Amino acid sequence: MHWDWSIARDALPVMLKAFFEVTLVVTVVASILSALLGLIWAIGLREMPGALSKVLAFVLSLLRNTPIPLQLLIAAYAIVQPTGWLSHTSSLAQYQHRLIIIGIVVFALQYSTYMAESYRGGIESIRSGQWEAATALSLPRRRTWQAVIVPQAMRAALPSLGNWAIAMFKDTPYLIAISVPEMVSQAQDIGGNNFSYIEVMTIAGLIFLVASYPTAILMRTLEKKLVY
Amino acid sequence: MAELFTVPAGVISTVQANWQQLLGGLKITVELSVFGGALAFVIAVVLGLAAMTRFAVLRMISRIIVEFFRGTSLVVQLFFLVFVTPVVFGWGSHPLVFAFVALGLNYGAYGSEVVRGALTAVPKEQWECTTALSMPWVTKIRRIIWPQAWALMLPGLNSLMVMLVKGTAIALFIGLLDLTSVSDNLQKQGAERFTVYGISFVLYYLLAMAFSAFLRRIEVRAQRRLGLKPTKTDTNRATAGALA
Repeated sequence: MHWDWSIARDALPVMLKAFFEVTLVVTVVASILSALLGLIWAIGLREMPGALSKVLAFVLSLLRNTPIPLQLLIAAYAIVQPTGWLSHTSSLAQYQHRLIIIGIVVFALQYSTYMAESYRGGIESIRSGQWEAATALSLPRRRTWQAVIVPQAMRAALPSLGNWAIAMFKDTPYLIAISVPEMVSQAQDIGGNNFSYIEVMTIAGLIFLVASYPTAILMRTLEKKLVY
Repeated sequence: MAELFTVPAGVISTVQANWQQLLGGLKITVELSVFGGALAFVIAVVLGLAAMTRFAVLRMISRIIVEFFRGTSLVVQLFFLVFVTPVVFGWGSHPLVFAFVALGLNYGAYGSEVVRGALTAVPKEQWECTTALSMPWVTKIRRIIWPQAWALMLPGLNSLMVMLVKGTAIALFIGLLDLTSVSDNLQKQGAERFTVYGISFVLYYLLAMAFSAFLRRIEVRAQRRLGLKPTKTDTNRATAGALA
């Protein structure tokens, strides 16, 4: 088998389009959502009464320790499909749009459990003097979190959050499980049509590498600068 | 309210009708986890040690392999193995082998960062001592460095192993009948969705917990051997660095 440049040339625009329209959108939106949810979980685990926080911890560990492809299938075909939201669509585009939304929710939930751990590490790295100072100033609990704890924890957690976002980025091909037309599934289609996968899979790998490696380097530099 | 506390008859009949297939799926998932995990461990140790040698060429080769397998997605690597290598090398199609090689290479690359991190975290004096005693490289690693690094790397390897167990679900994409694809097939054939998906959800959870508990036991033992009290370890922090 030899490398066919014409296949590569035809495939690249299609794959880049899927990359920017699906892969990147899912990664960015789900990263932001999971960073928010993760912070909520981390604060919840500390602030909620014992029993409730145990329940939350258990739910998070259920989400964290089960595979994303299975979670995608459950979300799409066992939870959402029976409601009819997926079948009452006017076009294929709208149907795929809704599948992408389901994908974003699943990715956000899964990675929020990891990010909650990153925040927990960040919160624990804050010296107890900070808490005591807040108490001495009789700052309300809410304000203590907002003005004292979260900004400092954020600084310590940021590189780790970034690393999880990169990990999520590389997990986006899992969306194939619910037939979302993301980059790798497009690659698979093109490869199948041409009976040649070497070009498309090489391009897919290169796109992932080119997008994730510089970000990873950035996170490593950030880690050296921010974490103390 | 009463229905909430009794198992609906549908669940039992679904289980009765499909348990053999689900068990078959579980078998594939466990096989992929065990063999994939073993291969990943070997690769992680080899690449991790290579990153610490004094030969610049070895360090560079290890670096390139690690960055390559961490930077490209697991699914892309799997598809490359499944769709490209049989044509290029003419070695036929072996989905199970390809899946476990992909898992081993990908998580092995992540694991090598954990191994390297642990080796670096062994106090510098320990390394210097071995030089002062002019120990051969093998003795130095085997007798002095490894036992200390071993206890340090287990938390990171532990959470990577859990990720690998979850990663075995890539089998779904190449038609291997693992737990995820079996439950998806059963669902498509009309079995009660919540039951078949729910069963494999719970099985994955238990499997991940079992591997994690097993590695945690090894970690406690490694710490005891060094005369340390077993500590509560932060597996998350130990992995985060290796992930990017």
